[in-house]
Amino acid sequence: MIVAIASGKGGAGKTTVSASLAGVWSPPVIAVDLDVEEPNLHLFLKPEITGQEPAHMDVPEVDEENCTLCRACSDVCQFKAISVMGDVILTFPEMCHGCGACKAVCPEDVISYGKRLLGDILWGRTAGPEFLMGRLRVGEAMSPPLMRHVKVRLKDRLAETGADAIIDAPPGVSCPAVNAVMDADVIVLVTEPTPFGCYDLALAHQAFKNIGKPMGVVVNRAGLGEDAVYAQCRDAGLPILAEIPYDRTIAEAYSRGRIISEISDRFRHIFTDLAGGIRELASSDVARKEAFHA
Amino acid sequence: MQKIAITSEGPSLDDAVDPRFGRAAGFVIVDPATLETEYRDNGAAQTMPRGAGIQAAETVAGGGAKVLLTGYVGPKAFQALSAAGIAIVQNIESMTVREAVARYKDGRINVASAPNSRGRGR
Repeated sequence: MIVAIASGKGGAGKTTVSASLAGVWSPPVIAVDLDVEEPNLHLFLKPEITGQEPAHMDVPEVDEENCTLCRACSDVCQFKAISVMGDVILTFPEMCHGCGACKAVCPEDVISYGKRLLGDILWGRTAGPEFLMGRLRVGEAMSPPLMRHVKVRLKDRLAETGADAIIDAPPGVSCPAVNAVMDADVIVLVTEPTPFGCYDLALAHQAFKNIGKPMGVVVNRAGLGEDAVYAQCRDAGLPILAEIPYDRTIAEAYSRGRIISEISDRFRHIFTDLAGGIRELASSDVARKEAFHA
Repeated sequence: MQKIAITSEGPSLDDAVDPRFGRAAGFVIVDPATLETEYRDNGAAQTMPRGAGIQAAETVAGGGAKVLLTGYVGPKAFQALSAAGIAIVQNIESMTVREAVARYKDGRINVASAPNSRGRGR
């Protein structure tokens, strides 16, 4: 099973939940940081990094001598990564999304692939979960291409080990966030009982519901702010899987890079209950689909 | 005389110069000798999340201009315009298209050798 920990709002507690959940999940489990723009799960899990490799994307290179400046490539490119200006063909590798359309349409077959460095994939181990993360190159504008490389490695590891995966997703509801949750079996939305939390939870629910995966909510900093989030979840049919109290000991532990589920039995139980709730949500979804197909 | 393109908020000589290049409303293409004009809308570039400067450069080159008068040009647009052999004049703003053309005809302009904006697309 793949569990994605997401949220519309940044700073809602995705990494707090991911680290604690990975800590209590029955092994084997792989903890994955797919927030490649600003990964921080490793600060809590403190893995021993055992491997690392760079990830690249194919970008067009043109054999200028044999290019006839027909513009087929520049017409097909939606991102201005290749352009004919006067009697010169220009490429802008940093604009390229790597779709390969330019090479596919070139009637002279003068386009080949060069490489743009996207960032690094790192993996390692902890006393508990296996660890995997992506780290975007500083200056790289697009994170989904690197995330896809991380997910390929994840898929291989899942096939080899039969493990479950817990994905720490990037914030927001745009392409990176959707890329992080689209392969999950369950999506957990972390929010807080504030107007910001409610607003961004609504956006996330709206963005992700079309993916058709079961979703549940973790209310972080419960006791802070207002109760509107509970009515919101009820109306949207989103089960509340866990509440993490608004508690100074959690903030202190977090600031020291500690995993919340390791502070005390009380906090540990919040996350073992969450793990149970997630499994229940997944199995009820399987039952629902089977009933639908029957 | 070679045609010049001016980034403009509207289609005529009496519209204001739009200081933006990639996100300009459009381009007035002028024959400085006769003051005959032609307008090229820049809507294609304005709808692009990124790459507006490159798209705008294609539009200017397609209009046959060999000189561009505008406010600010980012690095990718600068590279694209230069490749098309278009001379770039920056820091033209707070005036009408007609005034910009007059300034060009009087020779009170400097052709740029480097972009004066970081661009928005990075």
